[in-house]
Amino acid sequence: MLTGPISDILSASRDIGWVLEPDAKQVLKSAGLPTPRHELAATPEEAIRSAGRIGYPVAAKVVSPAVMHKTEYNGVALGIVTDDDLMAAFNRFERMDQFRGMLVEEMVTGVELIVGATIDSQFGPVILLGIGGIGVELYGDTAIRMAPLTEKDVRSMVSQLKGRRLLQGFRGAPPVAMAPLTDLVIRFSELIMDLEKQITSIDLNPVMCTATGCVVADARIILAGKR
Amino acid sequence: MDLTPLFHPKTIAVIGVSLSNDRHPANVIYDKINLRYPVKVFPVNPKGGQIHRHPVFKDITDVPGPVDLAVIAARSVHVPAILKGCIEKKVGGATIISGGFAEVGRTDLQDKITSLAREAKLPFIGPNCLGIYAPDRFDTFFLPGQRLIRPEAGNVAVVSQSGGVLVDQMVKFKAQGIGLSIGVSIGNKALIREIDLLEYLAGDPATGVIAFYVEGFGPGEGRTFVKAAHQCPKPVIVLKAGKTVAGSRAASSHTASLAGDYAVFSQVMAQHCIAEAKSEYELLAFCEALSCYQETIDGRVGIITASGGHGVLAVDILSDLGLTTPTLSKSAQKDIYDRLTPSVQPIASVGNPVDLTGSAADEDFIGAAIGMSRSPEVESILLLILPYSPTLSPELGARLSQIYQEEKKPMVAYVPHENKYKMLIEGFELNNIPVSDSVEGAVLMTESLRRCQPC
Repeated sequence: MLTGPISDILSASRDIGWVLEPDAKQVLKSAGLPTPRHELAATPEEAIRSAGRIGYPVAAKVVSPAVMHKTEYNGVALGIVTDDDLMAAFNRFERMDQFRGMLVEEMVTGVELIVGATIDSQFGPVILLGIGGIGVELYGDTAIRMAPLTEKDVRSMVSQLKGRRLLQGFRGAPPVAMAPLTDLVIRFSELIMDLEKQITSIDLNPVMCTATGCVVADARIILAGKR
Repeated sequence: MDLTPLFHPKTIAVIGVSLSNDRHPANVIYDKINLRYPVKVFPVNPKGGQIHRHPVFKDITDVPGPVDLAVIAARSVHVPAILKGCIEKKVGGATIISGGFAEVGRTDLQDKITSLAREAKLPFIGPNCLGIYAPDRFDTFFLPGQRLIRPEAGNVAVVSQSGGVLVDQMVKFKAQGIGLSIGVSIGNKALIREIDLLEYLAGDPATGVIAFYVEGFGPGEGRTFVKAAHQCPKPVIVLKAGKTVAGSRAASSHTASLAGDYAVFSQVMAQHCIAEAKSEYELLAFCEALSCYQETIDGRVGIITASGGHGVLAVDILSDLGLTTPTLSKSAQKDIYDRLTPSVQPIASVGNPVDLTGSAADEDFIGAAIGMSRSPEVESILLLILPYSPTLSPELGARLSQIYQEEKKPMVAYVPHENKYKMLIEGFELNNIPVSDSVEGAVLMTESLRRCQPC
């Protein structure tokens, strides 16, 4: 069932047509998906205090209903380690259309995956798992299954990826922990079953996976009826 | 709704026969049922009169006794009234051949007949379709019998949104010796859709394999279909047409852009253990192989060939598809060697492929097939038979089939399809061993045995 906070966030986002990143993260957190520590800062001073609590390095991202594809608008700054750089990022973002604040977030690393969902006209909610990052559409290395998923489905999705060796400990890197990844994808598929009527598609990209777990570093939720 | 009267009618009324035009679709249907099939048929036309000295009934309600199936081939505007007559007569089911409904924008007319039928629980196929082809029992195709290529009765059911594709598949079934349990052209599928036929055919004792030609499902309908197919104990094969989407959709997310209609379709089919045929050629290969074998393999294949080149070609195609050709154990190799004729022993290779060379005789194929059937390294046998050598007899097909009967390891054969090898081919096919006219086709048949098992 859809819990209160999720449905409140979705209704509040209806006018924009998609869910701003801090809210999207809140939706995922409520559904039990791991997200990095983050705080929304309205002023440079707030941003510096947030960074102090989270601890450098941090990522800074613009929050604006006019900027859905943040990277394309230069709205993301990664690996910030000083107050000065954080201020500079804030000053740049502040000038962007409909600026609502800056997200200050714990930096996470790992193998970049995409976990996505769309509502297919013939099959309803379907889940996509693939090699993520900015090249996701370029390589199109993805696997798709009808939701809700079982453990067996997730296993077969991973084995279908050409880049699966990246997850199995490629070139000396420790292998990605499969249990947390499987758990994340299954929980996500269950969330999508609940959101079928409210959304058209969701990208969790990248989902950062390591030997100890997976974290959703960025999320985009596109609502139904808009765009 | 009970679909049995639709598919097992004892009495058929053909509505819309012409009194003056023998080539009218309804007349073609009436004539062939009347002359050729073991069912009782009644012509109906509001004008009455006679055709070929048989009385024409003015209304379906005038037909004496019960009517199992009404075949409606009148103009679309008359169909609602005709359907009302069928409901009054308590007809078991109908096939609406007539066009002139949703396909030309007359959704109103289609909705009207659909709601009439649904309310009265009268199942109908169509409209805008060829209807049903049941070998040796009856058919509702408006194509004269002498023009149709008629496959034998068998265990493969074909359900097609397109009548043309179905008729063409029948030609190929006939050429490949694949038997048909029933062919259904569902046209606009206003009432009876793929899912209804899947459920019916899953319980039909004459059907062992269910094949669909699908252009698309309705909203949410795909989900219901794949879930039902996943539960179906019989192999389900789907050929999807319309794989490319003309123009690109503006997608606001990566997922929406990557999860295009066909990408989703294809992977969801695989997820639910439905064999997706990528082409008509694959459809044919899958139908033939799965009509013979219900057992499944992981993908370890043994090859027995009369030509080294064919063996290598087959290994290439197999490995492209992810199937393997493991080397046989020393003991299996020795067992096969011992079974070969003295003249072939020194020139054959017995690893895998087992290459018997162009000097191979029937006994060599038989010895190798027995040895390989008993070798646990492989789960199925690919026979590459080049019947050019005088040492191979036309009986080889039947003799090798006998080995499958005894050893139960699935075999698939490649034999060039020339008339003079017909007896060899029939020796396989009549004994339920699939035969392809190409190495690639034989590999595809083998691959279809690797279908995933419903959990």
